[in-house]
Amino acid sequence: MSTATPVRHTDGEHAPAPDAAPHLPGGPVGGGLFDPKQLAAALPDAVRKLDPRSMATSPVMFVVEVGSVVSTVLAVAHPGEWFGWVIAAWLWLTVLFANLAEAVAEGRGKAQADTLRRAKTDSVARRLAEGGGESAEESVPGTELRVGDLVVCEAGDVIPGDGDVVEGVASVDESAITGESAPVIRESGGDRSAVTGGTKVLSDRVVIKITTKPGETFIDRMISLVEGAARQKTPNEIALNILLAALTIVFMLAVVTLQPFAVYAGAEQSLTVLTALLVCLIPTTIGALLSAIGIAGMDRLVQRNVLATSGRAVEAAGDVSTLLLDKTGTITLGNRQAAAFVPVRGTTAAEVADAAQLSSLADETPEGRSVVVLAKEKHGLRERHEGELEGAEWVPFTAQTRMSGVDLTQDGTGVRVRKGAAGSVGAWVKESGGTVGDEVHRLTDEISQEGGTPLVVGIDDADGARVLGVIHLKDVVKEGMGERFAELRRMGIKTIMITGDNPLTAQAIAREAGVDDFLAEATPEDKMALIKREQSGGRLVAMTGDGTNDAPALAQSDVGVAMNTGTSAAKEAGNMVDLDSNPTKLIEIVEIGKQLLITRGALTTFSIANDVAKYFAIIPAMFAVAYPGLDKLNIMGLASPESAILSAVIFNALIIVALVPLALRGVRYRPMSADRMLRRNIGIYGLGGLVAPFLGIKIIDMLITLIPGVG
Amino acid sequence: MSPVLADVLQVSALIAALALVHRPLGDYMARVYSSTRHLRVERWIYRCVGADPDAEMRWPAYLRSVLAFSAVSVLFLYLLQRVQDKLPLSLGFKPIDPDQAFNTAASFVSNTNWQSYSGESAMSHVTQTAGLAVQNFVSAAVGMAVAIALVRGFTRARTGELGNFWADMVRGTVRILLPVSALAAVVLVATGAIQNFAGFHEVHTLSGATQDIPGGAVASQEAIKDLGTNGGGFFNANSSHPFENPNGFSNLLEIFLLLVIPFSLPRTFGTMVGSAKQGYAIVAAMGAIWFAGVVAVTVTEFQHPGTAAQLAGGAMEGKEQRFGEGASSLFSVSTTMTSTGSVNSFHDSFSGLSGGVLLLGMMLGEIAPGGVGSGLYGMLVMAVVAVFVSGLMVGRTPEYLGKKIGPREIKLAACYILITPALVLGGTGLAMALPDGKEAMTNIGAHGFSEVLYAYTSGSNNNGSAFAGFGADTPFFNTTIGLCMLLGRFLPMVFVLALASSLAKQTPVPVTAGTLRTEKPLFTGMLVGAILIITGLTFFPALALGPLAEGLA
Repeated sequence: MSTATPVRHTDGEHAPAPDAAPHLPGGPVGGGLFDPKQLAAALPDAVRKLDPRSMATSPVMFVVEVGSVVSTVLAVAHPGEWFGWVIAAWLWLTVLFANLAEAVAEGRGKAQADTLRRAKTDSVARRLAEGGGESAEESVPGTELRVGDLVVCEAGDVIPGDGDVVEGVASVDESAITGESAPVIRESGGDRSAVTGGTKVLSDRVVIKITTKPGETFIDRMISLVEGAARQKTPNEIALNILLAALTIVFMLAVVTLQPFAVYAGAEQSLTVLTALLVCLIPTTIGALLSAIGIAGMDRLVQRNVLATSGRAVEAAGDVSTLLLDKTGTITLGNRQAAAFVPVRGTTAAEVADAAQLSSLADETPEGRSVVVLAKEKHGLRERHEGELEGAEWVPFTAQTRMSGVDLTQDGTGVRVRKGAAGSVGAWVKESGGTVGDEVHRLTDEISQEGGTPLVVGIDDADGARVLGVIHLKDVVKEGMGERFAELRRMGIKTIMITGDNPLTAQAIAREAGVDDFLAEATPEDKMALIKREQSGGRLVAMTGDGTNDAPALAQSDVGVAMNTGTSAAKEAGNMVDLDSNPTKLIEIVEIGKQLLITRGALTTFSIANDVAKYFAIIPAMFAVAYPGLDKLNIMGLASPESAILSAVIFNALIIVALVPLALRGVRYRPMSADRMLRRNIGIYGLGGLVAPFLGIKIIDMLITLIPGVG
Repeated sequence: MSPVLADVLQVSALIAALALVHRPLGDYMARVYSSTRHLRVERWIYRCVGADPDAEMRWPAYLRSVLAFSAVSVLFLYLLQRVQDKLPLSLGFKPIDPDQAFNTAASFVSNTNWQSYSGESAMSHVTQTAGLAVQNFVSAAVGMAVAIALVRGFTRARTGELGNFWADMVRGTVRILLPVSALAAVVLVATGAIQNFAGFHEVHTLSGATQDIPGGAVASQEAIKDLGTNGGGFFNANSSHPFENPNGFSNLLEIFLLLVIPFSLPRTFGTMVGSAKQGYAIVAAMGAIWFAGVVAVTVTEFQHPGTAAQLAGGAMEGKEQRFGEGASSLFSVSTTMTSTGSVNSFHDSFSGLSGGVLLLGMMLGEIAPGGVGSGLYGMLVMAVVAVFVSGLMVGRTPEYLGKKIGPREIKLAACYILITPALVLGGTGLAMALPDGKEAMTNIGAHGFSEVLYAYTSGSNNNGSAFAGFGADTPFFNTTIGLCMLLGRFLPMVFVLALASSLAKQTPVPVTAGTLRTEKPLFTGMLVGAILIITGLTFFPALALGPLAEGLA
């Protein structure tokens, strides 16, 4: 059942984001399931929503409510006429069903909010007094913290508010908000300093600088978002509401002016019948479901652990025409892996492997580990451990030196091996008195052109300093990405890969992955310029980001998805946060945005197309007495004027309930070209909307006539 | 040749002729409105009115110019009628009564040409030529100017400027309407239409009675009457009068004239927005509705039940013997769907269902193909609404020609759509509720109701044709229909120009595979469906009580 919390995965084994398998190509966006029991649970809320003040937000349903009141008053005035009572009852039901749809959609959010509230316990903060030392610690309630306060958290403490770690490093359990049970590391400085209130420190001690006021923390915002309290109508929803209001006015004109015409024709109509006609004609179906569709759209994002700060962003997601995707983690698996050892002339691959393995033992980066793994798999070299080699002096990998290695003594002679970036190792060889031949340059260039990253292995032993060979590090493109991008292309979305690699490497990976374009050696400024360039051409840009560097670009982009692991600056700048920190999810977000818009359009079309049949039911019922020729319009062969009008009103009410699951789940969406999608949706919802009520009204009419005293 | 075959050939010839001039005329008009050059005569006009034709106008300025120009025109036309007896060539006619003078002024300035008078027995030559005929040109040119301003809204980006009203209006008159109507007038004279400034000819009929036969500048007025989708005839009998419409060829020529600009403007639109296909999609929607109307009315008229009708081969009462069923049906559908309102047969005499189609043609808002200019902008507003709904169904916030249809755009389109139903239904409802309406009817029952409904539909949609027999020359009808004509003409222009401005300000969104293709037949179908359902359904109850009740009886 879908009321299950979105923030806590029941299996507790939610796959960590970057390695999550990409969605199967062509897989439809799934939706939450719908349980009829939810309808019953939402009933009290639906009744509460009958308050005219809350009804006024939907002009269409407000008119229906006014109509219900009018018809009730009329029924009371003429208590002997069963017809008036039945119409009044069904008009009230129409309003109630509309409220029910909204209440069900909101109810799902409420369940999620409750789970979140449980995580947000009223914690006590250990605040450091200003200017004071370690000892000047005081206990204050979490609600009294101010921005800029410094608090201490130790193992077992719940972090009292959102902030940045300014001192220390700690492992933190963030499962309360992400559902991810594995702890994450939070440390001062860098891109992993942000902590969220309500999460729990598991080990060590950190000092946190509070960055958010109580009541405005991430968890607070999440709660109000999923509850729909912060929900504001999106531009498209407003536009659609205007159109629906205009249609309502048009049909009101048609019905109000009908009475003088009818009087002239000698067929004066009762106010009840006119009210029934009006309610049947105005677009009640979409009017009733419009807000539920919007809430459910946000809800579908929440179910995927994505929080949108505004519905506007979800809508924009449907319009996105350019996707900026970070290469690492999105297009390729997180890290590059060693794929081959390429010897220079005069050495063998095994020799290169041996030296590469030796020099990589002190390299704890994933690349370094993969060299050791490849040496073992391909050349059967057992991993040696640091203690095995006597007198070995390890040179660990650093970002400054960009190489790692070891100095040791073998058979009495000093041997030094190094592995690292071509430039660094080349310089080291030259410093050590050797030369770097053209062959090395040729090999590294070749690897670069294939999209790989060359690491050069150098040695300085009895034979002097020289280059032994090159390690080919390869980016491994995730499976199925090519199909995914082709699918996006068919939807009219351009994909641009962002990478810090050089243009040659970037081009090769771009070609392999099948993206449309790439931005190589990307700096934050380049990224920003690219977004602005795309936007100036009228395109909408979506991107993901996590670092503070990304914040300006996230803010500039139309859909900026910040990773939950990212800095608070990034989370502030973006308009969505992915709690799973899975950049591939951007594609799903786009699909959800589209699905939301399609659902709105499809139900509007359906609602308007319905009117044709209702006319054929009601008009002959109203006027066939005065003009018997009009009975030819009664093509459904409805039994009597009363049953015809009643059937139309009942159909009008029941269709709302029947479509609630569709409104909540969203119209089935598959990536395809706009042409095909339009043909499909017009076929189903346009033609279907024309035909369905003819059948529905006829069936209801047949059932009604079974009631004694009616037909 | 059987009448049916003759009719098929006639319609085919008409469509072929329209197709032939579609491109050249459409492209020519696009050039006229895009050119930066001014003709000498145009410069002279600009100097006279004190306008700078090169100054770009934002929408309020453009609208102010439209309204100011039209207000002055109404005033001028009103005064001209009121003092016509003191001017030369008065033919001895008295001044027109105030309510009728207002009605006529409103009617000609709003391009409606509803006539609650008989031209030949009320209006002097000066009123006809310097007043009414001039308005036939400029009211049409105003409509085209507003349509072009809306097209500029689609073609321009990041600007609120929509062009210059004076330049657009003067060019439309000088470069399009004048030359084409001059040419058409010559051809009409060749077919036998009269063209003089003569007074009445007294003739003795065979039976010995005397008859006064009026003369006048008929052919020239006839040309612009049709070309500018005006419809106000020189004679009360309009295009069924042999001096206005002498024979079958002139009849077909007149139908061609009233359709040619409305059906060519979509090409102008396509050329200006840089995609001929977009224009074809619009013209296809217009053509589909028009053709369906022609077929429906023709078939109904040929099959009209009743012994007399069947002996005559169709319902001939109220139709000219010279033209017969086919040519009458074709003319009637074309004149009601183009907001022209000239007639070559009496719509009152059509069978109930045909009358319903003619009414519906106007109720759709005069967009298939509609009046000169007003047809295009009306259709584009409906396209905006159709795009809004179908655009959502492809999973994007809707856009048309790269311009987003957001809350502001849909608000303006919605206001536009509300106007005519409000005027038609409000006016008819008022007339039916008050005694005035029923007094003016010359028929009882559903047909009598159709007369009133027709009058307000025709006035509010600026058509101008009447269900003959309806006594419209009363202060009540002169005033209310006069107001309907003015509001039905100028209120929509307010929203069209505001919409144009809000579109022009946007940065266009580039076309991708995810964009709704508005040049495809599927969209044309969606557009036709939206028009029929949204506009058509509004009037269904009213139609049911008039033409449907009569036709299905």
